[in-house]
Amino acid sequence: MLTEELVDLSRLQFAVTALYHFLFVPLTIGLAVILVVMELTYVITDRPIYKDMVRFWGKLFGINFALGVTTGLTLEFQFGTNWAYYSHYVGDIFGAPLAIEGLMAFFLESTFIGLFFFGWDRLNKWQHFMVTVLMAFGSNLSALWILIANGWMQNPLGSEFSFVTMRMEMTDFWAIVFNPVAQAKFVHTVSAGYVTASLFVLGISSWYLLRGRDLDFARRSFRIAAGFGFASALSVIVLGDESGYTLSESQQAKMAAMEAMWETEPAPAAFTLFALPNEAAQRNDYELQIPYVLGLIGTRSTTETLPGIREIKEKNRERIVDGIKAVTALEQLRRNRDDAAALAQFEAYKADLGFGLLLKKYIVDVSQATPDMIQQAVDSTIPRVAPLFWSFRIMVALGFLFLALFSLALFHSIKGNFIEKRWLLRWALWFIPMPWIAAELGWIVAEYGRQPWTIYGVLPTHISVSNISVANVYGSLAGFIGFYTVLLIVEIYLMRKYVRLGPASLGTGKYHGEQAAGGALPVNAPANRI
Amino acid sequence: MDYETLKLVWWLLVGVLLIGFAIMDGHDMGVGTLLPFVGRTDLERRAVINTVAAHWEGNQVWFVTAGGALFAAWPLVYATAFSGFYWAMMAALWALFFRPVGFTYRSKIQNASWRSTWDWGLFIGGAVPPIIFGVAFGNLLLGVPFHFNDLMMSTYTGSFWALLNPFALLAGVVSLGMLTFHGANYMMMRTEGPIYRRTRTASLIFGVLTLFAFALAGWWVATSIDGYAITSVIDGNSPPDPLAKTVVIAEGAWMLNYNHYPWTIWVPIVAFIALAAGILFARLHKAGLAFWSSSTACAGIIGTAGVSMFPFIMPSSTDPRSSLTLYDAVSSHLTLGLMLGATVIFIPLIVIYTSWAYKVMWGKVTTEFISANDKSVY
Repeated sequence: MLTEELVDLSRLQFAVTALYHFLFVPLTIGLAVILVVMELTYVITDRPIYKDMVRFWGKLFGINFALGVTTGLTLEFQFGTNWAYYSHYVGDIFGAPLAIEGLMAFFLESTFIGLFFFGWDRLNKWQHFMVTVLMAFGSNLSALWILIANGWMQNPLGSEFSFVTMRMEMTDFWAIVFNPVAQAKFVHTVSAGYVTASLFVLGISSWYLLRGRDLDFARRSFRIAAGFGFASALSVIVLGDESGYTLSESQQAKMAAMEAMWETEPAPAAFTLFALPNEAAQRNDYELQIPYVLGLIGTRSTTETLPGIREIKEKNRERIVDGIKAVTALEQLRRNRDDAAALAQFEAYKADLGFGLLLKKYIVDVSQATPDMIQQAVDSTIPRVAPLFWSFRIMVALGFLFLALFSLALFHSIKGNFIEKRWLLRWALWFIPMPWIAAELGWIVAEYGRQPWTIYGVLPTHISVSNISVANVYGSLAGFIGFYTVLLIVEIYLMRKYVRLGPASLGTGKYHGEQAAGGALPVNAPANRI
Repeated sequence: MDYETLKLVWWLLVGVLLIGFAIMDGHDMGVGTLLPFVGRTDLERRAVINTVAAHWEGNQVWFVTAGGALFAAWPLVYATAFSGFYWAMMAALWALFFRPVGFTYRSKIQNASWRSTWDWGLFIGGAVPPIIFGVAFGNLLLGVPFHFNDLMMSTYTGSFWALLNPFALLAGVVSLGMLTFHGANYMMMRTEGPIYRRTRTASLIFGVLTLFAFALAGWWVATSIDGYAITSVIDGNSPPDPLAKTVVIAEGAWMLNYNHYPWTIWVPIVAFIALAAGILFARLHKAGLAFWSSSTACAGIIGTAGVSMFPFIMPSSTDPRSSLTLYDAVSSHLTLGLMLGATVIFIPLIVIYTSWAYKVMWGKVTTEFISANDKSVY
């Protein structure tokens, strides 16, 4: 029996493990590209300091990457272990980009990362540069394929349901690849990764500058991060807007909840800057609006309207009522594949099958659903407003602050006086965690905002889970929390240690406070005795 | 290509990916398993670890890709096996956690107990997953208690402890022995001095262990394990629907393929010959030949499990018609075709650039080399 407790726990486990995984992904994607920029500078100028920069920032990249790999394995397992019905129902479509991601991207990234770290003395500098490029290309390509898979969850096209196999099946691979939602998500997500990595390099370089150490090294790193970060922050905002545009077509419910837009407003709708959403009364207790802006962003026109929550719910009510007929016919067909009457009814209503399945949360035989259950299902089609409204606004506000920071950093880099601007250096240092917050909030908007669906309009979250005991999920969740807490402590400890050591950790003898780190224990020290 | 042929091709391809996983990721898991025993000092252990330092990451993708291909090509197998074997999967996953962090973090701090902890972590990450995958294969041969409802929702009715039955544990020994033997042969190629001598001893021990365990498991299957047989007509071109067939549990059914297609007996025979050859070459200090022999043995042993069960993948002991076969647990015609295209394009490319990476990094890893490159190696 799929109890609400089982579903909630499975969701919580997925959220914990996915958000945790995404602590490491943006830095990997972005830092890989920054390493390419630094190494390109090295192969062109032939100045050893740029090689040292690649190797030092590469060390931090490696510490981060290890946990990215570790936590990525969890996600590969988890669709099968905890979301078995989902895996069956959409594996025909969803599995393909995942497998292609492995074949095309992970192999590239992971094979060349070994040569990146250990091939310095065995490859000439152009060969090594090519290795770094392929590694960065692989990590960005993996983002593309996973977001194609995710984009299909948001906007499922190129597929249809088969009652014989009882699942969704692919009809058009290229429609899935060129899904506008997936493409917008890809550029937005990788740009966010570039911002994260740029701020990481900018902030740590600022710390060296504030401490007056490794000045030459930090100054050059700062400049690269400022330039790359400025371009990325600009694109993350522009392409984030693009993502809003596409989602307003496929996911109006998410848009309405994100904007706390209870009623359909005359075009062009106002953008609500601040509000206190009141879920029970279905209105905002207080709101501060900027006229026209949302309509312009969302529809790119002054005449199209954006539907409000009430209007969307009424449309969904009709679809749920029709969906009951689809589910009932499907269940007859599953018992007797040759039932012609059931087939005719199913064909007539199958577009609303997913909406009918929403009722499975409340009753096994959906044809017996009471008006009260239907009302609950209708209400569930809009995700809760306040978390989305605020997550989105904090993310956007941070995005503009990143742009401001990188603009100033770039401006003063060009003027060459950023070392004197200690307020700017401090700002960069204290802002290091902010891109992570923005990225996690972005995932909350995207994934929490898709509720109550795993596949929007096709498969409700409630029936996507594995039919396993609640005790199993409690146990594994506790295990994940335990492992992940320890791993995070270890990772942050190492990261801090190596940041403090700075480029001295390379052992070249040229940098601040050269001292041993890592390295050998006394020769032939016994390894077993502790 | 018609649907039925495509289904058969995918059975072969999943086999190829599993064998690829065993040969590539298997050898660095074997290295992890042997690490605490063949390396006595910190420098020795670092030498051992650095034989796979540049490669384990790429090798692990064989595992990731095999999982992804299972999801894409056999979604019902992926869904049913992973949720059914819940705790086994969690244990394998958590054991695998130790590898990326173990490799990367171990030598970043100069502290003996820190390093020793990660060494044992690498041991867990090397030894536990092969045991679990072997146990899983053992249980597939025995049949797994699960069934589908009308909407194809699977329910597993067994327990975790029931997975740890004597036959499945023997299969776990075969799997662990095979990959440790293989890892030892790899390490013989890349080490020298005392590490080499200990590794060679390990190779001989695990080679012989695998040979006997595999023989015992074969005898067990041939004499006292009931197999499964499809009793309805198979239409390989129809849409996949596990519930449309009938299946019986029958004595000796796992030996039927060897009677119907006598040439298939060469698969286990090759496994035996390769194991014996690997042991012989290890004795003769022919590390390279020993490695190719154990690679062949991996293919032979995995192939034997596949051929015995063909066309079954995951038989159900409690509701035999729910059993999953290569005909009815698969993706649609379009998806299988597409994935075949992707595999045919990318696997050769992967083999080429992986070989290049090994070529660049090839050579003996000595303790002197580790001392001299203290800051840039693991």
